[in-house]
Amino acid sequence: MSFLLIGDHSQSTLDPAGHGAAQIADLFHWMLGGGVLIWLIVVGLAVYSVVVPGGHRPRLTKTLVIGGGAVFPTLVLTSLLCYALAMLPELHRPPPQASLTIDVSGVRWWWRVAYRTGENQRVETANEIRLPVDQPVEFKLTSEDVIHSFWIPALGGKVDMIPGRETRLKLHPNRVGTFRGVCAEYCGTAHAQMAFDVLVMPQADFEQWLRGQQRDVSEPSGPAATAGRALFHRKGCGACHTIRGTDAGGRVGPDLTHFGSRLSLGAAIKPNDADNLRRWISRTHDVKPGVQMPAFEMLNRDELDSIVAYLEQLN
Amino acid sequence: MAMTETSNHNEINKTDHVTSIWWIVAAPAVWAVHFLASYLTAAIFCAKFADSDGSAGEVQLAVMAYTVVAIVIIAGVGWSGRRRHRDGHDRSPHDGATTADLRRMIGLSTFLLSLLSAVATVFTALVFYFVETCH
Repeated sequence: MSFLLIGDHSQSTLDPAGHGAAQIADLFHWMLGGGVLIWLIVVGLAVYSVVVPGGHRPRLTKTLVIGGGAVFPTLVLTSLLCYALAMLPELHRPPPQASLTIDVSGVRWWWRVAYRTGENQRVETANEIRLPVDQPVEFKLTSEDVIHSFWIPALGGKVDMIPGRETRLKLHPNRVGTFRGVCAEYCGTAHAQMAFDVLVMPQADFEQWLRGQQRDVSEPSGPAATAGRALFHRKGCGACHTIRGTDAGGRVGPDLTHFGSRLSLGAAIKPNDADNLRRWISRTHDVKPGVQMPAFEMLNRDELDSIVAYLEQLN
Repeated sequence: MAMTETSNHNEINKTDHVTSIWWIVAAPAVWAVHFLASYLTAAIFCAKFADSDGSAGEVQLAVMAYTVVAIVIIAGVGWSGRRRHRDGHDRSPHDGATTADLRRMIGLSTFLLSLLSAVATVFTALVFYFVETCH
C-alpha cells in the first residue's frame, strides 16, 4: 500500500527528505489510522445491527450508537487535531538569523529564483533550486501574475504565492538527493508543466555551486557556440532573457546565465539535452502549450545547432 | 368563558413554538459569534499591535475568555433544550402532531446542536491554544 501511495519517490511526502515532510507523513499515517478505526467501528455497528437477528436491547443499542457513533469519533478527531496543531509552531517559527534565504517568484509558467548572498546582493537563476543538506532555509515567496503555490512534497508543506504579498516557507532538508517541486494551485494552461528541480547537496558542494552561480559567463569556445551567441542576440532573445556578462538583460523570461548546468528545461518538463533544447526552441508550443515564448521555427538547422551549442556551454 | 380560555391557550402555544424554534439556532449562533470574534481579534491584533517577534499571547487570553463565555451560554441552551425534551413521559420519536411532541422534538434538537456547537467551539479555541504567534 505504501508503494502505491508513494509512487514517484522524488515527489512524495511519504518518502520524506526534510523535517517538515517527515512530520506531515507522520500526521498522514496517524490520520489514516484514526480514520480507519472510526470507519471500522461505525460500519461494524451498522453491519451488526443488520446481521444479528432479533431485537436489540435498547440500553445497549443506545450505548453503542452514542459511544461508537459520536463519542469515540469526537475523541479520536480531537486527539488528531491536537497532534496536528502541536506541529504548527515549529513549522511556522522563522529560521535562525543567518540562515540561507531564497526569493522565489511564480510566473506563468516558470519560477524566478534568487539567492540572497549579501546585503542587497542576489544571484538569480530559474526553474532549479539547490539547497545545502541539514541547514534550515527560508523561502520568501511571491507571484508576478496569478496565484501559484510553491510545493516540494519531499521536503515539506506548500505555501501559496500571492501577487502583491510575500509569504514565507521554512524547509529543512535532511537527505541528499534530487527532488521535484511543483505548482500546487491551478494557474492556467500550462499549470501542469510548471515544475522545478530541487537538488539537496552537501554544504561544501552547495557553496562551490553558489560561488559559480555568482560568476558571469565566460566567452564561448568553438565556432558553433560563438556563432550561436551572435544569433542569440541578433534574433532578439536578449530582450526576454538575461545572460550576465553579455548584453542580454531581459527579464520577461528565465535568467539563462548558467542554463547549461541545469538538469531540465521548460520548467522541469524535459531533460536538458541538445535534442530537447532544439525542439524547445523551434517547436516551443508543441512542447509546452500556452507558454509565452514564441517558437523560432524560422531558424535553419545550422542556426539552431549554433544556438543550442551556445546555451549548452553556459555552465 | 371557555372560548376565551382556548383562545389564550392557543396564543400561548403559538408564542412558545416561535420561541422554541429560535432555541434551535441559539447554540450554533454562539459558536459562529465565537469563531468570528476569535479570528477578528487575531487579525486586528496581528495587523496593529503585534511585537516584532509576532507573539500573540494577548490573543490567546482573549480567545480563552470568549471560549469560557461561549461554553457557559451553550451549556445553558443545551440544558434548557434537554429539559424541554424530557418534559413528560413520552419516549422518542417525538413525531406526533401534538404541541407536546413538537416541544420535545425542538428540545432534543436544541440539546444535540448544543453538544455539536460545544465541540466546534472547543476546536476553534484549540487552534489559538497551540498557535502562539502571528506568523
